[in-house]
Amino acid sequence: MTTATAEVTAMTWQPLCTKADLVAYSGVAAWIETPEGPAQVALFYLPGHATELFALDHHDPFSDANVIARGIVGDIQGEPVVASPIYKQHFRLSDGQCLEDETVRLRCWPLRLESGQVLIATD
Amino acid sequence: MTTPTPQDLIIIGNGMVGHHLVEQLIERGATEQYRITVFGEERHRAYDRVHLSEYFAAHDAQSLAMCDADFYAQNGIELRLHEAVTALDRDKGEVVTDQGRYAYDRLVLATGSYPFVPPIPGNDRDNCLVYRTLDDLDAIRAAAKTATTGVVVGGGLLGLEAANALHGLDLDTAVVEFAPRLMPMQVDTEGGELLREKIEALGVQVLTGRATQHIEDGEASFHRMVFQDDKVLETDLIVFSAGIRPRDELARDAALEMGERGGVAIDDHCLTSDPAILAIGEVALWQGSIFGLVAPGYQMAKAAADTLLGGELTFEGADMSTKLKLLGVDVGAIGDAHGNQNPGARMFRYLDEIKQEYRKLVVTSDGKKLLGAMLVGDNATYDTLMQYYSNGLELPEDPAALILPSSEGAPTLGADALPEGATICSCHNVTKGAICETIDAGAVDLGAVKAETKASTGCGGCAGLLKSVVDHELEARGVEVDHSICEHFAHTRQELYSLVRVEGIKTFSELIEKHGTASGHRLGCDICKPAVASILASCFNEPITDAAHIPLQDTNDTFMANMQKNGTYSVVPRIPGGEITPSKLRVLGEVGEKYGLYTKITGGQRVDLFGAHLEDLPDIWGELIDAGFETGHAYGKSLRTVKSCVGSTWCRYGVQDSVGMAIRLENRYKGLRSPHKIKFAVSGCTRECAEAQSKDIGVIATEHGWNLYVCGNGGMRPRHAELFATDLDDEALISTIDRLLMFYVRTADRLQRTSVWRESLEGGLDYLKEVVLEDSLGINAELEAQMQTVIDNYECEWAGALKDPEKLKRFRSFVNDARPDPDIIVTEERGQLRPA
Ligand code: SRM
Ligand SMILES: Cc1cc2nc3c(=O)[nH]c(=O)nc-3n(C[C@H](O)[C@H](O)[C@H](O)COP(=O)(O)OP(=O)(O)OC[C@H]3O[C@@H](n4cnc5c(N)ncnc54)[C@H](O)[C@@H]3O)c2cc1C
Ligand code: SF4
Ligand code: FES
Repeated sequence: MTTATAEVTAMTWQPLCTKADLVAYSGVAAWIETPEGPAQVALFYLPGHATELFALDHHDPFSDANVIARGIVGDIQGEPVVASPIYKQHFRLSDGQCLEDETVRLRCWPLRLESGQVLIATD
Repeated sequence: MTTPTPQDLIIIGNGMVGHHLVEQLIERGATEQYRITVFGEERHRAYDRVHLSEYFAAHDAQSLAMCDADFYAQNGIELRLHEAVTALDRDKGEVVTDQGRYAYDRLVLATGSYPFVPPIPGNDRDNCLVYRTLDDLDAIRAAAKTATTGVVVGGGLLGLEAANALHGLDLDTAVVEFAPRLMPMQVDTEGGELLREKIEALGVQVLTGRATQHIEDGEASFHRMVFQDDKVLETDLIVFSAGIRPRDELARDAALEMGERGGVAIDDHCLTSDPAILAIGEVALWQGSIFGLVAPGYQMAKAAADTLLGGELTFEGADMSTKLKLLGVDVGAIGDAHGNQNPGARMFRYLDEIKQEYRKLVVTSDGKKLLGAMLVGDNATYDTLMQYYSNGLELPEDPAALILPSSEGAPTLGADALPEGATICSCHNVTKGAICETIDAGAVDLGAVKAETKASTGCGGCAGLLKSVVDHELEARGVEVDHSICEHFAHTRQELYSLVRVEGIKTFSELIEKHGTASGHRLGCDICKPAVASILASCFNEPITDAAHIPLQDTNDTFMANMQKNGTYSVVPRIPGGEITPSKLRVLGEVGEKYGLYTKITGGQRVDLFGAHLEDLPDIWGELIDAGFETGHAYGKSLRTVKSCVGSTWCRYGVQDSVGMAIRLENRYKGLRSPHKIKFAVSGCTRECAEAQSKDIGVIATEHGWNLYVCGNGGMRPRHAELFATDLDDEALISTIDRLLMFYVRTADRLQRTSVWRESLEGGLDYLKEVVLEDSLGINAELEAQMQTVIDNYECEWAGALKDPEKLKRFRSFVNDARPDPDIIVTEERGQLRPA
């Protein structure tokens, strides 16, 4: 058994929305319950990319508003990012790292697509 | 063979200049020859005193430090902070502190100066402070907590800086100056008067010609200051800033040669009357002068380092020209600014009491060379004048042109006109020649030149000039200076525009596929995507909410509303020309009430409804569109409003129907996507109640038709629109605007308003007239046809979106939950809701 499958089996996947709810090359917001309480997540969908689905905090720590899903998606030095629509900081989609401030990172959750359903692992 | 034993070098004072000496010594390998010990009386290691005031904003002593904490140790230098030297024993060759005695072979005094506190009875009361060190600023901040008013005694350069700080701490601030005007050293009577008006307009009270007699207990405030004429002023906090005095007490006690009014006398090698001892910085007196600026101090440090290493480099005096922004007011003084040091000097003066600008040139009697200059209110010409002055360049035929206002801006001295020897950065004494050398040695950008020469890393005053010299030199060497819009396209906006038009490209993906820089790296970014979206819209005007365009837009365009700081949106329906029926006004009121929106009349003659939740936007717009409203494009880089005055319909002076024309223009150009927003206004006569001359397109009625003004701007850098054509009839007016706007859309840079575009056009207004009025490029038919396409394809984006369930799906708070965002919290103020 490889480590990768070991990790996958350890997570519980919950259905979140359908693929049709996503917007290609852009974001939408969703509401989830996590062990630490409810959270607002921003879901991004990049069809045709190595990783197609990303889930980050919807909360923007710089403006303290829930807006990340409404930012512009792009790539900087080849890495997919989203720019906060308020003060324009960039966050890496793969791990939530803010490119302008190394002390700031958004939380991330694994996402998976299964027969038209988007699933999220919240633990 | 024996290596000589190192000598002991002691430096007293760890301020800016003392630190610069240490840097020079390290750079030149002097640590082989000297065992160096530095004494600093302050708790902090050397910091940037020039930018001391930034400590109020950032409150971070670290960011002002001149070096890393371990810099001295790493270079084998002993730094003894918080240990003041109390005496010099020249006979024994020792310095004395309260911790012990230390032997020296060579000694450098870099003790700087202290703020002079006038001998006024009561000057030692609590909350009587000075402005020189980090600790002083902490004391001021602490005292300000319980104070509501503050007074600065001294209206010179530093006094105004201190006043700015008190003002910034929200104290009601006054400046009391003994002389009859502010900044008596730098400006003359006219300049001082103007400075006073500007500073008073900022809410800082200015009292000149006032000598304080004594300070006593106040009644309403902590202190009461009593002046010579028994007038009084009450205040909680006093900061003295009445000049500086050299900290020369050690030298005086040790009987070194001193100036009559203080300062340790030095020669060109920075040696004092005792050849073992040097003095540099603000404590040193050279040829009868003390230099209260950092650049001359650095030059002394350089000469002193050379002297200590047996070299011949000398200090040759320094220029005291200064350029500053005090309380947001530009002040510049160059050379003999008063014109009283050069017999026979002549002057040019320009005073504008409306714009509040004052400029003065002091020139030689033959008018050929600049001896000095004084600027108040606008420093735009400082760099150019400084170059004429410091390099002794011959002045243009009519020197007055350098200070007279002109719509073209003052003639600037191009980087290429400067001689090799021209000093670009006076803090680090870097010449144009030195910059060229680093470029020839391989520096390919501004950063590399800065790192290599240190230019622009002192006071920062030379940053603009340095950049233009570097850009110019790089271009002259055939190095391409990068004008790419971003990392995804090696093109400017104008080039992308041409590609889109010529190749008929209709989507972002096609454009990046064909013309992007990197393969497999095709998402674009928040710079190129909105720019391309705007270009596509200007060319084809397809709805921006179409699937292919959606990911390109800024959130404002995506949701067709302006995002506010708490994540809600504002809603701005179009109200063409500002004309609105009572029943439509009622609808706005009803919608505002129903959705809990804060309502405000805008500066553009319409109504803004703030605080709409994302998920409410479609319902709000449904109701507005039913009532006959359309989107106002307040979110777009596109036509905003056409402001109007009431005009001939009602006004006794009106000569044309300005409201009618405003509505016609607004309906014609609404939805036109452009490099930046566009604003219009139409006035019914020359009284100009619609303020058309501050707009991108301004129309003013005449007896015979319309006068057209173009390329005005309010905002950050106001610019008057220029008269473009006169007495046009309705149709000529419209076709002229069609062409002008399309030409702007085609050729302007990303986020360039018409005003900046116009200033960047080679050939200026005349060229623009040739193209638009005389069709010199032969493209007018094309421009008009293109405008017609945009107009024909206009559709209210909100109306379109409401008909399309796919588009409406985006307006959900959460894709899996219908609750509104619970973190948006509002509170009531003046009967309306606002973010809590
Ligand atoms: C609502 C309004 C202020 C008000 O309460 O009156 C306003 C509000 C905003 N202005 Fe403005 N401006 C408003 C009239 C103006 C005016 C006055 C005018 O148009 O007569 C000016 C100066 C005139 C000019 O532009 O030449 C003005 C100069 C600016 C500027 C500076 C532009 C410049 O070239 O310097 C910006 C920033 C920018 O565009 O980059 C700006 C940007 C903004 C933004 C979009 C800031 C932002 O990014 O969030 C504000 C958002 C509005 C919203 O959320 O709905 N606003 N703004 C006015 C809306 C007018 C309208 O009905 O459309
Ligand atoms: C608010 C403010 C704004 C300014 N703005 C500008 C500007 O825009 N442009 C410009 O060119 N200049 C400006 N200046 C002036 C500039 O800061 C000084 O010219 C420069 O700091 C002088 O450096 P220095 O090393 O000679 O003196 P200082 O920086 O004063 O350093 C002297 C040091 O020696 C220490 N010392 C004194 N006596 C002893 C002793 N006996 N033993 C041990 N240590 C001792 C002092 O505590 C001090 O730390 C400004 C100054 C202030 C206060
Ligand atoms: S600009 Fe002239 S017509 Fe218009 S309101 Fe003012 S005075 Fe009347
Ligand atoms: S002139 Fe001060 S940094 Fe260049």
